Amino acid sequence: MSASRLLHINGQSYPLLAPGDASLLDVLRNDCGLMATRFGCGAESCGACVVLVDGRTVHSCTRPADSVVGHAVTTLEGLAIDGRPHPLQQAFIDEQAGQCGYCLSGILMSAKALLDRNSKPSRAEIVAALDGHLCRCGAHARIIRAVERAAVTLAATAHQS
Amino acid sequence: MIDNTLPQGLRDNPRLDQWIGFEVPNRVRISTGKVELGQGVLTALAQMAADELDVAISRIDMSSGDTSCTPEEGYTAGSLSIENSGGSIRRVAAHVRAMLCEAAAVQLSCRAGELRVSDGQILRGGTPTGLDYWQLAPLLDLTTSASGGTQLKSAAERHVMGTSWPRTDLHGKILGAATSFIHDLAPADMLHARILRQPWPDAELQGPSDIDMQATLGTSVRLVRLNTFVTVVAAAERDVVSAAERLATRLHWRGGTPIQRDDTSPASLKTQPSTTSAVSRGDAPATTEVAAKRISRSYSKPFLAHASIGPSCALAHFENGSLTVWTHSQGVFPLRGALARALRLDPAHVRVIHVPGAGCYGHNGADDVACDAAIIARELPGRTIRVLWSRADELAAAPFGPPMLVELEATVAPSGLPLSWTTRIWGGSHLRRPGAHGNINLLGAQALPDQPVPAPSAELPEQAGGSGMRNAWLQYAVSHQTVHNTLVADLAPRTSAMRGLGAFANVFAIESFVDELAAEAAADPVAFRLAMTPDTRARAVIEKAAAMAGWRAGDRRPEGHGRGFAFSRYKDRAGYLAMVVDVGVEDTVKLQRVWCAVDAGLVISPDGVRNQVEGGILQSASWTLKEQVLFEDGRVASCSWDSYPILRFSEVPEIDIALMDRPDDAPLGVGEVAQGPTAAAIANAVADALGLRLRDLPLTRERIIAALQKP
Repeated sequence: MSASRLLHINGQSYPLLAPGDASLLDVLRNDCGLMATRFGCGAESCGACVVLVDGRTVHSCTRPADSVVGHAVTTLEGLAIDGRPHPLQQAFIDEQAGQCGYCLSGILMSAKALLDRNSKPSRAEIVAALDGHLCRCGAHARIIRAVERAAVTLAATAHQS
Repeated sequence: MIDNTLPQGLRDNPRLDQWIGFEVPNRVRISTGKVELGQGVLTALAQMAADELDVAISRIDMSSGDTSCTPEEGYTAGSLSIENSGGSIRRVAAHVRAMLCEAAAVQLSCRAGELRVSDGQILRGGTPTGLDYWQLAPLLDLTTSASGGTQLKSAAERHVMGTSWPRTDLHGKILGAATSFIHDLAPADMLHARILRQPWPDAELQGPSDIDMQATLGTSVRLVRLNTFVTVVAAAERDVVSAAERLATRLHWRGGTPIQRDDTSPASLKTQPSTTSAVSRGDAPATTEVAAKRISRSYSKPFLAHASIGPSCALAHFENGSLTVWTHSQGVFPLRGALARALRLDPAHVRVIHVPGAGCYGHNGADDVACDAAIIARELPGRTIRVLWSRADELAAAPFGPPMLVELEATVAPSGLPLSWTTRIWGGSHLRRPGAHGNINLLGAQALPDQPVPAPSAELPEQAGGSGMRNAWLQYAVSHQTVHNTLVADLAPRTSAMRGLGAFANVFAIESFVDELAAEAAADPVAFRLAMTPDTRARAVIEKAAAMAGWRAGDRRPEGHGRGFAFSRYKDRAGYLAMVVDVGVEDTVKLQRVWCAVDAGLVISPDGVRNQVEGGILQSASWTLKEQVLFEDGRVASCSWDSYPILRFSEVPEIDIALMDRPDDAPLGVGEVAQGPTAAAIANAVADALGLRLRDLPLTRERIIAALQKP
C-alpha cells in the first residue's frame, strides 16, 4: 500500500490506509471521521450514502475508496460556504424539510448536483433527480419545496453578483 | 391524594424537580420521558415550557429519555406526547413560575400579583427588580409535588405556543453535525459487532464448531456465541461485515419452525388458534325499525414492515456489574426493565439512554438491537459494543405490523342509513413490546438460557385506546354496534405495534364500507357521512375537506380518474381528520392531489402538525399502494428495497392541509391521525375510478388487473 495515496474530500487531503476493497462510505465514516454520509442498504437502493465525486452523484456504499483517489469528493460536511450554510441547506432549514433527517444527507448531495448542472429545474426535474432516494417519514413534499426554494435563492444571488 | 385529572406523566412522576431545574445560570432544564423520533416533540415541549415560564425558548435545555434522570413516561407512542408530557410540562412550568413569583414577592415585600416576568427577569410595574429565576430558584423546594392547580396561560397570553418554531434537532442533521444519530457515536473503546440470525424461530445450530468458526474468522475477528445467538466482533467495522458474510454461508441450521406461507395471509387468521371477545354498544334495534336490507363486506391488510430508512443500531457497555445502553428505542424505561430481566441484572444497575435514530413508527428493531449489544457487552466487559443491523434484518427480523381481516355487516333502513352494525376483526398482536404482558420480548434474549415462557399477548384496554379494536367503534350515530375481536396471539412471524395499531385496517374497512353503503343508497359519500355525524367538530373537518377539494355531489370524473373521501377521529379521542384524494388509475394507482382538514385542538406548532400529517399521509399511501411482507422457503423473502418497495418521490401527490383554529381547546395528538383515513380515501377514489371495489391491501397493479379481468 503506497502512503502517497490520498483522498481529496471537501478540499482536504486524507491518507487512504484501508484495504483496496474498502468502500468509500466505510472510509469516510470510520477512517476520516466524516459521519454525515449514511449507511442505508449497502446496495445502491436507497440513496442515503450518496456523495459527489467530481460533482457527480455516487453511491459511496458500493464504490471502492481507492477508485476515487485523484478525484474530488464532496460530502454534506463540505457543503457549507465559509462556515455558513449553503443556500441549499438554508432552504431545507427554512422549509423544515425533513422528519428524522436520516435520508437528508444523500438527498442534499443529489440536489446539489442537480442545481449545479441546472439552475432552474422544473418540479419534474427535481423529482427525477431525487427519485433514487427513499424517505420513510414522508417528508417528500417539503423536500421538493426546499429544492425549489434553493433554486430561487441561488438565482437571485447569481443575479446580484 | 393524587389529583386524577393530572396527566398520566405527572401522576407517575409528581416531583417538580423531575421535570424542571435551574442548575445552570440563565438556563432552564426541562426533562421528559418522551423521545425525539423526528416528529419534533422536543421542540414542541420546549415551546410549551417557554410560554408557561415566560422565558426565551433559547434558554431551555431539553433532557430526554435517560433512565438515570428523566421522568418515566413509558413509550413515545400513541399520539400522546403533546397531550401527556406536554400537559405535564405546562402544569409544572406554570406551578414553578408561580412559586418563583411568590419568592420574589417575599423579597420585595409586595404581592406576587404585582409582578411580571420577562425572560426569567422579575419585573414590578414594568421595571426590572434585579431579581431573576436563577437567584430565586435556590430558595424553592422543587422536591414538592405538582398540584396542577395553577392557571395555565390563556390563548391571549401565549406567544411561543401556536408558532412554527424551527425544530431544534433538524438543524444539525441538515448541516452535517458530527453526531446527529446513534449510528455516529464512536467512543474510543468501541468494538463493532454483527449478528448472524437463525433463519426462523427455534432453529438449532448444528455446526460448525466454535473452533472451526473462529478459524474461519481469523485473528482480527472474534466469535461470541451463546447457543443460537451467533455474533462476530472486531475493532474495524469492515472486518465484521466481511466476517459475517463469510460465516453466514457456513452455518448449518436444523429444525425449528419455518414460517408456513399459507399461515401468513389475512384469510388464514380465521383458522389459527385464537381468542375472541365480543362487546356491544347501544340498544338492540327496535322491532318497529324495519331493516330494508343487510349488507356485509370483508377487508384486509397484510403483514407490514416498519422499514426504517436506517438500520437499527445500539451501543452497550458492561463494567463492574453495571450496564449502560445507548438506544433509539421508543421506551427507555420498559427496555431497561426487559434488559434487566433477560440478563438477570438489578434494574438499578442498568442505565438506558436515548439517542436519535432513523425514523421510527412503532416497535421496530430498536429494542432488539439494544439487547443484542447488551448480550455481547456482558461477554466482553470493559468495551463499548456497537451493533448495526443489516438492511435484510431491518426488513425481516424486526417485528411486523400484524395482518388483519375486518368483516363488516350492517342492517340498513329504507333511508339507506345503517340501523345496526357488526364488526368482526381478526388480527395478530399489536403489543409485543419489551415488558408488555410481563414478557421480555427481546429477540436476542430468546437464545439465552432459562428464559421465562412468555405469557400470551392480549388486547390493549379500551381506556388506553385499544389495539386490534382501535377505532373499531363507529364515530357515526348508529344505534346498535357489536364488535367481535379475534386475537391470534402467537402469530408467526412476530408482530407488534406499528403506527396506528388496528386503526389503520379498521378505518380503512369502515370508511370503505361507508362509501359502499352510500353507493347502495345512491347517496353522496360526504352528505351520507354528515347525515349520521352529530359531533360538530367532526362535521367541521368533513365540511372543510370537502370545501377545499371543491367536492360536489354527483360530480363525474374523466375516465380513469377517481375521487375519494374519508374521515376519522383517531382513537375516538385524539385528532380529527377528513380528506379528499384524487387518483388516476390505469394499471397502477397514481395519487394526484390530497386535501386534508385536521382538528388538533390547540396547535403547539402548526408546521409540526403539518409535517406529521403530511408524513402520515405519504407513509399510509405507501402501505396502501405498495407494501406487503413476502414469505418464501420458510422465511421472510422481502429483505431488500427491491422486494419491499416503498413510495418514491415520483409517486408523491400535492398535499393541501388545513388546520382548524381551536386555540381554546386542549391539544389533541396527530402523529397517527392520517394512517387509516388515507387508506380509505385512496380505496374510495380507486373504486370511483374503476367502478369496482378493491378490499384487500395493498392496491397493487396485480390486484387491479385481476379485479378488472374478473367476469
